Amino acid sequence: MTETKSPKSKRRPWVIGGVVVVLGVFVYLLYGGLDKNVVFFLTPQELLAKGTAGYDVPVRLGGQVKAGTVKWDDKTLRLTFQVTDGKSEVAVQSSGAPPQMFRDGMGVVVEGRFGRDHVFNSTGLMVKHSNEYRAPKAGEKPQEMYKTLIKGSGS
Amino acid sequence: MTRLLAHDSILVSLVVVLFGMATVPVALRTGRRNLLPYAFAAVYTNFFLISVAAIGMVYALVTHDFSIGYVAQVGSRSTPLLFTVISLWGALEGSILFWAWVLSMYAAAVVWINSRRPGNLVPYAAATLLFVSFFFAILLLGPADPFGSVSPVPADGPGPNPLLQNHILMAIHPPLLYLGYVGMSVPFAFAIGAMLSGEVETDDWMRLTRRWTLSAWGFLSAAIIAGMWWSYEVLGWGGYWAWDPVENASFLPWLTATAFLHSAMVQERRGMLRLWNLNLVVGTFLLTILGTFLTRSGIVSSVHAFTTGTIGYFFLAFIAIVMLASLAMVAGNSERLRSTGRFDSPASRETVFLLNNLFLTAFMFTVLTGTLFPLVAEAIKGVKVSVGEPFFNRMSLPIVVTLLFLMGVGPALPWKSASKAELKAKLLPPAIGAALFLVIGVVAGARNVYSLLAFTFAGYAAFANLREYWIGMRARHTAHGEGWGTALVRLVGGNKHRYGGYTAHLGVILVALGVAASSTFRTEHEATIKPGETISVSGHTLRLKSMWGREEKQRSVVGATLEVMNGAAVRGTMEPHMNFYPMSQAPVPTPAVRSGFLGDLYVNLQAFRPDGSNATIRVIYEPLVPWIWFGGGVVVFGALIAIFPSGMFSARRVEA
Repeated sequence: MTETKSPKSKRRPWVIGGVVVVLGVFVYLLYGGLDKNVVFFLTPQELLAKGTAGYDVPVRLGGQVKAGTVKWDDKTLRLTFQVTDGKSEVAVQSSGAPPQMFRDGMGVVVEGRFGRDHVFNSTGLMVKHSNEYRAPKAGEKPQEMYKTLIKGSGS
Repeated sequence: MTRLLAHDSILVSLVVVLFGMATVPVALRTGRRNLLPYAFAAVYTNFFLISVAAIGMVYALVTHDFSIGYVAQVGSRSTPLLFTVISLWGALEGSILFWAWVLSMYAAAVVWINSRRPGNLVPYAAATLLFVSFFFAILLLGPADPFGSVSPVPADGPGPNPLLQNHILMAIHPPLLYLGYVGMSVPFAFAIGAMLSGEVETDDWMRLTRRWTLSAWGFLSAAIIAGMWWSYEVLGWGGYWAWDPVENASFLPWLTATAFLHSAMVQERRGMLRLWNLNLVVGTFLLTILGTFLTRSGIVSSVHAFTTGTIGYFFLAFIAIVMLASLAMVAGNSERLRSTGRFDSPASRETVFLLNNLFLTAFMFTVLTGTLFPLVAEAIKGVKVSVGEPFFNRMSLPIVVTLLFLMGVGPALPWKSASKAELKAKLLPPAIGAALFLVIGVVAGARNVYSLLAFTFAGYAAFANLREYWIGMRARHTAHGEGWGTALVRLVGGNKHRYGGYTAHLGVILVALGVAASSTFRTEHEATIKPGETISVSGHTLRLKSMWGREEKQRSVVGATLEVMNGAAVRGTMEPHMNFYPMSQAPVPTPAVRSGFLGDLYVNLQAFRPDGSNATIRVIYEPLVPWIWFGGGVVVFGALIAIFPSGMFSARRVEA
């Protein structure tokens, strides 16, 4: 082992000081990063209750697709619908195709920002699956819905 | 019959495990070492009993024995055999059983290989593994009992979660993950064993567990890559990583285990970081348990979270016990854990390893904070929040580019200290690689500072690591007149640890390039087109040929056939489709991927008119994504090189 000129005792404070500074900066960055990037999960009622504080901040809005409000233009890829929690509704606008079999009453979570025009601009749309098995109603089976595509393979 | 046999096996295993755990301290404290074989026999018996339970479950799944709770939950007569077998890990109870099985296997292997070693280390390590087995046996008898009876017996079941039976990677990703996760129990057990037996001073526990740690790390690396690949191939969003809590859960122990692989070398060569290494090993194990808690307790919602039940409390209690007991042991051993060496110079390999550990740990804490923050916020303030991707990206990018740079500096520097001339000779040439990759990045159109830094440092690290091979090969070539191929084989064979590590570095660089390129240069286009119409993205044109549907045994499929065009000529076809499983309300997307050396053409069927008259198609060009999968393979290959049994060249020891 080679002898070194600077003894351990002289270097210690420098090292500890360095560690403290690095840790401080790190925690500060973590805090700052979290502060700006926390996304609240809200229901329509909670979002509207926020008033102006609810505008233009990232939000995940959860609820059901209100019956009869889904409009999808497959030329412009513009999708609009309303999300309801049974008490309030929020109009949502998104671009891109809705999930296949997107239907009324389905649980959804949309991620995006609520604009001052009271339209929620969605950048991500997730369908909430219920874990329990539910037998498809008549006409909801893919074989029936897409019978022109799935023909005659019979099972 | 199967139910009783399997269930009773677990019950008996609980008794056997308790007996084994009690025997070890009795035998060692009272000096009756002749009792130890009984403790080891308990380890083997436990392996046998859990195997009976696990194989019994597979048998029950395959024979569709719906009287067993788990089979009734995930089985279905129409599911193909392969997916029936792998539904062993398709839901909560089965995955806990699988975990216990892998753990009992590791424990048996550890005892089989090490039982003749004198001293108290191995018996205590065996007792520690039995303690972890005990916890899982309790889960299997309580909150995660797979063998509950069902009455009346249903005629058929719903089948596994559609997402989990849609791709072959589901047969690969979970076992790899479990082998990696559970494998981290072995170094943990040896660390605890070393502290209980007072053998921490000798560092022998680290030598004994080196291969175990490396294999677990290799499995975990492979599992993470396979998980990314699955996400890419099944979820249809064109990405592979979203900082989802379950992805983070697999990544957290990987970070600390990677840190340990590096700092272990500092301890071996320089006798430093003893205390730190113990904490890393314990921390890695705790993170694997935390990961299981996050993914299995239903506390975060995802495809991995199966049910909400009481199982979360069991995990929290276990984590608390392990944390407190380990901390107490580490504190009790702190006298024995003094460093025998010290840092000589900042310009040395150990400094780089120290920085590597600092950044990997900071990375871990960042990801951990982002992952746990929603739980803490909900528990304390009662608000439901999630931490967005921007947080993870913003925080991790500086760390990642620094780690890439360090990966180039570390291999180039010698231990102890480097002279100015050495520094110049070692650190300057890789700048050629850095400049080259920077230019490529700029020419390709990257303007974001982090992607440019990533390309630059990836180039630096690639050059530096390849150069190490070159220097070694050239030395052998000149000194012994060996051919280049022989020189390479003997060089690597002579220090498998070192060159295995450099190979793993090259793999990580490939992954980093894939991630940097695909997140910088990705282009996508979505449009609704009719048969005969085309859609284009960055020079690739696809023409919708037809829409089709078919019925399969367990699902219905609707798909689109698209022709890949080259001018007027058709170069091939792609068939993105949607799989409709009867138990699921929403279809499972199945994108089509066409891979080339420079990237993937990724096509997903987003939506279609029920009569097939049009389809909404999303086309993404994903540069260098195949490099990620290939790089993952290179990382695993590096781990394999380092694990491979020592040959005639491996006796080389470096003076410390």
